[in-house]
Amino acid sequence: MSTEIFKVIKPGLQTTVQDLGRYGYQQFGISPSGAMDPYSLQVANILVGNHPGEAGLEIAFVGPVLKAKRDMVIAICGGDFFPQVDDHEVSLWKSFLLKKGQVLSVGVCKAGARAYIAVAGGLDVPVVLGSKSTFLNGRFGGLEGRSLQKGDILKGNPVLRKPHRALHPSLIPEYNRKLRLRVILGPHQHMFTEESIGRFLNGEYVITPQSNRMGYQLNGPKLEHLSGPDIISDPVPLGGIQVPASGQPIILMAERQTTGGYTRIGTVISADIPKLAQAVPDTITQFATVSIEEAQRLYLERQILIKYLSLATAK
Amino acid sequence: MIEIEPLGDTAIRVYFGDEISETTHNQILQFTAWLSIVKIDGIVEWVPAYTTVAIYYRPEVISYEKLTGVAAKVFAASSDSPQRTPIVYEIPVLYGGETGEDLSYIANYHHLTEKEVIALHSGQEYLIYMMGFVPGFPYLGGLPAKLAVPRLEHPRPSVLAGAVGIGGNQTGIYPSDVPSGWRILGITPVKLFDITKQTPVLFAAGNYIKFYPIDGAEFSRVKQLTAENKYKVKTYLKGEEQP
Repeated sequence: MSTEIFKVIKPGLQTTVQDLGRYGYQQFGISPSGAMDPYSLQVANILVGNHPGEAGLEIAFVGPVLKAKRDMVIAICGGDFFPQVDDHEVSLWKSFLLKKGQVLSVGVCKAGARAYIAVAGGLDVPVVLGSKSTFLNGRFGGLEGRSLQKGDILKGNPVLRKPHRALHPSLIPEYNRKLRLRVILGPHQHMFTEESIGRFLNGEYVITPQSNRMGYQLNGPKLEHLSGPDIISDPVPLGGIQVPASGQPIILMAERQTTGGYTRIGTVISADIPKLAQAVPDTITQFATVSIEEAQRLYLERQILIKYLSLATAK
Repeated sequence: MIEIEPLGDTAIRVYFGDEISETTHNQILQFTAWLSIVKIDGIVEWVPAYTTVAIYYRPEVISYEKLTGVAAKVFAASSDSPQRTPIVYEIPVLYGGETGEDLSYIANYHHLTEKEVIALHSGQEYLIYMMGFVPGFPYLGGLPAKLAVPRLEHPRPSVLAGAVGIGGNQTGIYPSDVPSGWRILGITPVKLFDITKQTPVLFAAGNYIKFYPIDGAEFSRVKQLTAENKYKVKTYLKGEEQP
């Protein structure tokens, strides 16, 4: 039953409601949005007994302070924030009981960039075009199409489930300042000089502060086009690596535009999106090519893991 | 013939040719029409563009190999399917004035009067080649060469929702207030995107847009009706007599 679960004391830097995204409307220009790091959101949901694709709160860099309006089971997964409940530290990657009246301070991120709060029973926001995800630029979805503000009340359908479920430590990702991203080259690799492809695959690129839910701007060895950066506009996927006239790559993330007019040298594979989503400015990034077969093998491994974890906690 | 290549590990890109043309566009429309008829398991969605279609899929349901095979078959079957008659949406535009401040620039650039620019711009049926960029934005073809103008050197940080502009050899309407380097020649009171509606997006690829000039009084009237959810955009079938 829908009821008030959180009062927002402090909203944090950019706290939004996200599920796994809004699909089926890209042909009308509507961005899928959704969680930047789907792995952490899915695990958080599994730990509280939800469907892995249920909506949770996505927290970026500086977390919110939330007052519980009733008892509920929650889990926080993702970057190393140091969450506290009434001044007592609580563990990440483990579900726990948050009692009515207690105050959850998620804290500031020390490693990684984003964390996800899942609440047993899920969040109660309207399903807009099949998803609860906030599309910030479109100003819809989630809580009134925006990030949380002080004084907001969040609703949910809390159910009390067994707490203290933890993810096996071997499955907890490590976030550091060096990142290796695997890519499938194309579709415009033939529009770059051969040396540029070499530079792209052998050079180091730094993630700049001009990075957000739409995309990450990188800085490194300049990539040169054979005859300009423009293409006839075409659809852009998650992880697409766009190279405008500056010769510096931009990796398209969850809230990307649906189409774009710049050459794309490659696409970051799905399995590497979660760790890219956790990368902070100044992270050094290297690219390596993989085959579609290898990329899909890694994708399936992740899918099977999520399914296995869901089954294991459903008992 | 088409070419198919991976677009990362959860999408393919079906490539129909090098040129923006109505022929390519029609092939793409027929192809996506067939995709919606045959309903292939594992396909999440597709996005038609000028010369390509991206198909997003779930590799756990359908493999890359299999999907490329199926897409080639769909293309072969689609090439001789009948074409539907497109719809033309009639879009009222208040040209010039404060909300169309670049109209005089466009007129001066081409040594035309403002009236001539309006007559040329509203005298065409523009084909919606694709949708993208932001929710509800149509990429249009058919701008008369006599109206093409260079983009602004410094894009405006924001233009109003409904702004009608020209950038290079393209014209279009902005559904929401976004940054733009296009020259703005008018504004429409019609909402191109409204999330509260059953069908939030007004346009679809394959249909046409025809602009017609209105005055300030009509603008206010339509704006009021739109706000009350009582305005319905007029349409006619392409090739039929205009009412």
